[in-house]
Amino acid sequence: MTAEQLIFLIVAAVTLVAGISVVTSRNLIHSALWLILTLFGVAIFYVLLDAGFFAVIQVIVYIGAIAILFIFAAMLTRRVMQDTGPQTNPNWWFGGLIALLLFAGIAFVLINWQGFSSLAPELANPSGRINQLGLALVSLDQYVLPFELASVLLVAGMIGAIFVAGEKKQ
Amino acid sequence: MYFLSDPITFIANWLGNLLLGWGVTQPVVTVILKFIGAGLVGTFGFSLVIFTIWLERKLYGRIQDRLGPNRVGPWGIFQTFPDMIKIFTKEYITPVGADKVVYNLAPILSVSAVLLTWAVIPFAQTIVGTDVNVGVLYLVAVGGIGALGIILAGYSSNNKYSLLGAFRAVAQIVSYEVPMVLALLVPVLLGRSMGVNSLVNAQSIWFVIMSPIAAFIFFTSSMAETGRAPFDLLEAESELVAGYQTEYSGLKFGMFYVGEFLHAFTISALTATLFLGGWRGPWAEQIPILGVVWFFLKAFIVYFVVVLIRISMPRLRIDQMLNFNWKFLTPLALVLLVVTSVVDKLFYIIIPGFNIVGGIIPWVRAGVHLLVNAIIVLITVQILKTHQIKGLQVVRKPRPVAVAPEPPALVIS
Repeated sequence: MTAEQLIFLIVAAVTLVAGISVVTSRNLIHSALWLILTLFGVAIFYVLLDAGFFAVIQVIVYIGAIAILFIFAAMLTRRVMQDTGPQTNPNWWFGGLIALLLFAGIAFVLINWQGFSSLAPELANPSGRINQLGLALVSLDQYVLPFELASVLLVAGMIGAIFVAGEKKQ
Repeated sequence: MYFLSDPITFIANWLGNLLLGWGVTQPVVTVILKFIGAGLVGTFGFSLVIFTIWLERKLYGRIQDRLGPNRVGPWGIFQTFPDMIKIFTKEYITPVGADKVVYNLAPILSVSAVLLTWAVIPFAQTIVGTDVNVGVLYLVAVGGIGALGIILAGYSSNNKYSLLGAFRAVAQIVSYEVPMVLALLVPVLLGRSMGVNSLVNAQSIWFVIMSPIAAFIFFTSSMAETGRAPFDLLEAESELVAGYQTEYSGLKFGMFYVGEFLHAFTISALTATLFLGGWRGPWAEQIPILGVVWFFLKAFIVYFVVVLIRISMPRLRIDQMLNFNWKFLTPLALVLLVVTSVVDKLFYIIIPGFNIVGGIIPWVRAGVHLLVNAIIVLITVQILKTHQIKGLQVVRKPRPVAVAPEPPALVIS
């Protein structure tokens, strides 16, 4: 067993436990903290896959921004900080169904996959990969359209946020 | 001679070969060496704080016309050790109703967020913790974890002052991250890389000369990230007791304290690395160990400025602070980023047209960027002048909050 495999197994176990704790923990803030641990585990997987850029972006976006937003939302919402009350709402069966379907789909794909025992191949050109990613996002025959669409969506979101939060002039 | 000029690499190679000789495989050796390096850098960071706390208290004292610490050791230089022993022996008090796990996790997170930064700072050409190729983004990511530590401290203490302090702190840190990241992109543009060490390598002309505005924005917003005066209103004692650290005692408070001082030095080191050329200096490339000297010289000069600002500036109000960020720093950083990228691209398109000797091109480029920065400064000053407050505007007569009762006639006579 290589050091990489050992790290993978430990991180995978921690991530799974944290992921289960997100839904089972009664305190909403604790759930958010477990979620942060889960996302951090995913970031470590990116590092193990030799994708340092994605790992860092994962930490910036999900832990630095979204998780803090979750915690803020939980703290500013009334009556969600207490530990009592039901953990499910009337739609729990629908969520369960979707989760089950998703799991079945992933399991179906993975059953026919042969790559479990093979090691990850060495990626070529380690230093130029970010350059390739950046060029692919702006080159016309690759991903420029999705990239621009995402940008427009974000700008629209920003304008909407300013409109909602801004002072209404009578 | 090899040992003298580059001891860290020498020891690492020697240790690696020793372990290889014992039959350990290469990946495991790498992991072991990285762990040893991480331990050393962490310990070094903490030991550095022992010195900077003394330095800061001494400077604080001198500026306020006091002596500062002067009892333990020459010039009081060992004063921090008795303080440390005192704080180790203090009692841990956990408030009733505190969220225990989170309460204990928060100080650890806020110190580790600062310590993690040191993993990518190059002390010399060959002495780097990890030279990741996304180092600049890594610095931003680690800053987010610090904000997390603060908000958890405020939430878990079960104290309204802590919570209010944490809200202020997060509003401040999250806001000031925006101009900081935008200013960080300017060195990335100029150095054509996101790795911290390659940015240092690219600074044959320091980035502070090529883009002084970016250096200013980065320095100011990272000062705000540390939460020290003049940006220390997250622990404004007149309003919030001690902010998010109100309920912490003993070593847990010590962790926040150490984290704050280490953060102050870390931003100095980052400014020195990204804008003042890091380890670059005379003979730093021939004798790598000399780079450490240059690096710490620059870092301590910046740190001196940080301390000077902390001592001499009054505390800002929260609206002033947020206005300064959103209405001044962020637009300036956006303009600077766009202008710098356009100018740099245009420069490389236009430059082959002129017949300039290859060696002089970086200097021409630096001159162009400096000129553009000067123009931006002039325009900014003009815009600020048109918006300045001309005289005091009296909205209405001051209203007395409480009127003293008339003294009884007996007293007057």
